[in-house]
Amino acid sequence: MDVFSYFNYWVVVVLMMLGFFIVIARGNLVKKLIGLNIFQTSVFILYISAGKVMGGAAPILADGVELYSNPLPHVLILTAIVVGIATTSVGLALVVRIHAAYGTVEEADILEQDATC
Amino acid sequence: MLCLLVATAIALIAVRGLLASIMLTSVYGLLSASFFVTMDAVDVAFTEAAVGAGVSPLLLLLTVAIVGRREAASNARRLVVPLLLVTVTGALLIIGTLDMPSFGSPDAPAQTHVAPRYLQQSGDEIGIPNVVTSVLASYRAYDTLGEVLVIFTAGVAVLLALAPAGQGGSARAEPPAPEHLAPHTILQVVSKLLIPFMLLFAFYVQFHGEYGPGGGFQAGVIFASGIILYGLLYGLPTVCRVIPPPVVEVLAAVGALIYGLTGVLSLLAGKNFLDYSALAADPVTGQHIGIIAIELGVGIAVAAVIITIYYAFAGRLHTRED
Amino acid sequence: MSTLWLWASDACLLIGSFLLLTGALGFLRFPDFYARIHACGVTETLATGFVLLGLLLRSDDAMPQVKLVLILLFVLFSSPTASHALAKAAWNAGVRPRDNSGKRRVSLPHTDP
Repeated sequence: MDVFSYFNYWVVVVLMMLGFFIVIARGNLVKKLIGLNIFQTSVFILYISAGKVMGGAAPILADGVELYSNPLPHVLILTAIVVGIATTSVGLALVVRIHAAYGTVEEADILEQDATC
Repeated sequence: MLCLLVATAIALIAVRGLLASIMLTSVYGLLSASFFVTMDAVDVAFTEAAVGAGVSPLLLLLTVAIVGRREAASNARRLVVPLLLVTVTGALLIIGTLDMPSFGSPDAPAQTHVAPRYLQQSGDEIGIPNVVTSVLASYRAYDTLGEVLVIFTAGVAVLLALAPAGQGGSARAEPPAPEHLAPHTILQVVSKLLIPFMLLFAFYVQFHGEYGPGGGFQAGVIFASGIILYGLLYGLPTVCRVIPPPVVEVLAAVGALIYGLTGVLSLLAGKNFLDYSALAADPVTGQHIGIIAIELGVGIAVAAVIITIYYAFAGRLHTRED
Repeated sequence: MSTLWLWASDACLLIGSFLLLTGALGFLRFPDFYARIHACGVTETLATGFVLLGLLLRSDDAMPQVKLVLILLFVLFSSPTASHALAKAAWNAGVRPRDNSGKRRVSLPHTDP
């Protein structure tokens, strides 16, 4: 078994966990969204790595090319990136509203304010 | 490349202060875009470069400009449980990867299911060289319709969430705030030279998407970043005069509508929803027309939604400054 | 493709990489913000120019050559502008040049506007 054959997947796991860590360990809501972004990108990397065929070319049909990488993950991730930015912006809009309502975007402060009233 | 990505992510954890984090996010987006190129995913790299390195840090920056850049220090005691959780989950996931087919092997399950069919027959059935476009716009057109509607809904949600009180549900830009800094003369001149080419490039990506890397999603994002760059340098009021917010909001709906109507047209012609073979006498020509139509719809919808989101955030920033 | 062109291309690529290296060193070692911008901004423009020129000499097809020239033009426009934007933003945010030790401020010939 070749160690490097799993390298991409391990990087995906590490990135995913780093993003996850930011989401649960940091109190700042904007930072949480950044962590979520990293998490999301790690999933993209997983899909794109799964679609790669060694020695394959980009999936644009051309004469004389026999082996292509898998186009299906590309399609899924292509749309997922744009959907991702759209949903991230919804999250950011909610952060802005939370800031307007509570005057802070720190999780601890928000919970404290919720507890007092 | 991947090591650089991991390094950037670790730096993101270590760094305090949101502005630095956002810059690192941008670096991270650019790095992952270059990684996608090495993985043959040129279409994806296009999108990630525009979104991950451009639009998403920009939206984060606008948010931070509204909510403040300070980030509270987290105490060490709170970090223990997350660290434990993350380590355990990561270890479990790594054990899980040992069952995965090794990287890049041509006989992995993902490579043997539907992908060979797309690669071998899309040339005859759809007649365009870029397989990603034909899968996106024809074989899996339902999915893509769903994605476009999600994007549209997200745009509407941002508009609703950021609407200033008493303005009837629309986050329109407020009257101009006076510019307190010196005008960015050099930046404005250079951007005047570059923005037309950016927009032209967006159109190229839009209409060349069948033959090379490109398509509606990428073109929409590139077009929107051109407009947003203009807005950043000349101020929100100016860009609102060039492209009024109501027009963009309508265009977002029009884009989604073009997509749906193409489907309905093929329905009326007696085929399945979004089966473009019905749009012309020759099925392959029909597929061509259909793909061009829905890519146009996607491009318009994506560009309009992202510009709308930018307007909503920037308008919020303006009202707060007054 | 004659060997001469390949040699020339290799030379260009090497010079470009060397310049990038000096830029990176300068970025790490220079004392204050403006010197660092200077280090990367100046070397980056020239180095990418050389790298692109090297690639240009190497490619023997018309389409990549046109694209490389376009990229070169774009870099020539955008890279100095980006440095300028950075420096201007820093100045507006109140960052002032410092002396070699990175501690004291330098007195400037012109005072703030």
